[in-house]
Amino acid sequence: MSVRASLAGNGQELVIQVDGRFDFSAHQEFRDAYEKAAEVRKYVVDLGGATYLDSSALGMLLLLRDHAGGDHSQISILNCNDDVRKILAISNFEQLFTIQ
Amino acid sequence: MAVYKVLIADDNSVDRKVLSRVVRNQGNDVIEATNGFEAVDLFKEHRPDIVLMDVMMPGLNGKEATRQIKKIADEDFIPVIFLTSLSDAQSLADCLDSGGDDFLTKPYNHIVLQAKIDSYHRMSEMHRTLLHQRDEIARVNKHMLQEQRVAKAVYDNVAHAGCLDASNIRYELSPLAVFNGDVLLAARKPGGGMHVLLGDFTGHGLPAAIGAMPMADIFYGMTAKGFGLREVLREVNQKLKSVLPVGFFCCAAAVDMAPDRQAASVWMGGVPDCYLLRKDGQMIETLSSRHLPLGVMSADKFNDQMTEFSMAMGDRLFLWSDGIIEARNDFGDMFGQERLLNVVRDSAHANHVFDDIQRAVDEFVDGTEQDDDTTLIEVIMTDMLEREESGAVTKTGNTVGPRDWSMDYCLEASTLQNFNPVPLMNHIMMEVPGLRAIGGQLYTVVAELFSNAFEHGVLGLSSSLKQSPDGFMAYYQQREARVAALTEGFVRFRMDHTGDGDSGVLTLTVSDSGEGFDYAAAPTSDANQNDYSGRGIPLLRTICDTIEYRGKGNEVVVTIPWPMEQADA
Repeated sequence: MSVRASLAGNGQELVIQVDGRFDFSAHQEFRDAYEKAAEVRKYVVDLGGATYLDSSALGMLLLLRDHAGGDHSQISILNCNDDVRKILAISNFEQLFTIQ
Repeated sequence: MAVYKVLIADDNSVDRKVLSRVVRNQGNDVIEATNGFEAVDLFKEHRPDIVLMDVMMPGLNGKEATRQIKKIADEDFIPVIFLTSLSDAQSLADCLDSGGDDFLTKPYNHIVLQAKIDSYHRMSEMHRTLLHQRDEIARVNKHMLQEQRVAKAVYDNVAHAGCLDASNIRYELSPLAVFNGDVLLAARKPGGGMHVLLGDFTGHGLPAAIGAMPMADIFYGMTAKGFGLREVLREVNQKLKSVLPVGFFCCAAAVDMAPDRQAASVWMGGVPDCYLLRKDGQMIETLSSRHLPLGVMSADKFNDQMTEFSMAMGDRLFLWSDGIIEARNDFGDMFGQERLLNVVRDSAHANHVFDDIQRAVDEFVDGTEQDDDTTLIEVIMTDMLEREESGAVTKTGNTVGPRDWSMDYCLEASTLQNFNPVPLMNHIMMEVPGLRAIGGQLYTVVAELFSNAFEHGVLGLSSSLKQSPDGFMAYYQQREARVAALTEGFVRFRMDHTGDGDSGVLTLTVSDSGEGFDYAAAPTSDANQNDYSGRGIPLLRTICDTIEYRGKGNEVVVTIPWPMEQADA
């Protein structure tokens, strides 16, 4: 598991990449990734390298959403594999996030 | 420098005196023993920090005295350093084998001596800290287990107050910790049928169980009072949203079993696909999660839409938490939805499906340690009448409610100035289970009738004022002024209810001290936008069976029968 964060779009967009199993062990790193970034308006969570995610990962996404302004947040989740997409679909997270 | 207590045991008085002086000069307290017995006795008396022990002494030799001292010291670490003039390797090794911690050969080197005393003292300190911490951990752990046992008892009383033991339910809960992150609730509805809820909280153990407590409380309390599952879910969602930190939530599947309609309504948020198995076992219908889990959305965005399925007698519903789907074998593969569907499909008889699922999952994981709670429940559609047969009583008390009753409630001017009686009226009506289904409508009726009686009757305000935006403002300014100046007047409620438990009629009479109005002249159709329609009458007409004005128009009587045809509207 690893979490990498990088800025794009003149520093207004934060891209967070999560690789491997996205579970509770990523908690601190995931949180650090967005809490350190100021002035960000859009968030992209790239799960291209994520093999699995559990309910605490869903919780972390909700925390990010809260941090990013709740209902006014702009968060896209990209490159999910079939398993990950299924878990997001079961929880109906497409109602809260833009899943591509 | 710290002062150490050093016991020196040596039968040779010259050697002993020399060593004593050296040790004392280095700033330590010294206790002298002239033989092994004395050494043991003085050890008991003074509890020294460290012992310097001659190996060969008459009577009780150094090795035996050491054995006894070590025994007395018990868990405390008391270093014993042997004093010897022997210097061959075997003799020195023997010293350590017999329970000593170190040796010092004569003649003594002062610097080495002090260094050893200091070093062993550090070790004793470390040992003492370790023991202290060990005892502290044991104490805290014991305390925690005790607390968890008590908490578990409370939790079990709250969570298992329902009817999971009903003959149409089979279930299996396999918690990962003392407390379960999965929760299963089942309760009989007062009017027949059941509510069943399977919840899977984020995480496991105590944090998850804490969320289950208010959930179970609301579920059982509201179901027994006759609230619909949608209201129960709304309330649970709102409660969880307010008590759980962001990022924690509860995936859930909730079912309203209605044997009278031979149907089940299902709400699923965040749980894997579940199956509906027809009586003959031939047809499987898939039920899918359509909502976000409970505790994620705020009350105004929560979606309580249920999906209705017809369920004939004998049809079965299988629900599970993701622990079943995600059960892992030794290779890290998950059991998966496909295997589960195959088990259900290949089962010889509907009666065997539950056992077949359990067996298939057990064989698949084959003892591999699991990382989630797993829960499985089977609910069969039956008439669910066994409560009457067995005479079992739910713990939540009387669900029949009052049948024939009436009450008068008169509010005088000083009360009217700052008290809203509508919630209280509503509360009294909600004691009748059959009225709860139309609680929203009743609230509207009472609120309309009260504001008519108070504002138009007691305060004498004209509703025609409210027909323009400016008039609206004026209306409320006048209202405020007249309320403040109110010294006399009243609004009187009378509620009459008759019923037989399955149906009933509520009659509401509201009168006021006002002038009334010419109701006979008012048209009964709502074509005319006059004072009459300003009194919210068209709205009341959609809810009430009859509306009748009496006297000079300052008394109105409405009747509301139940059950209503569109109780869910």
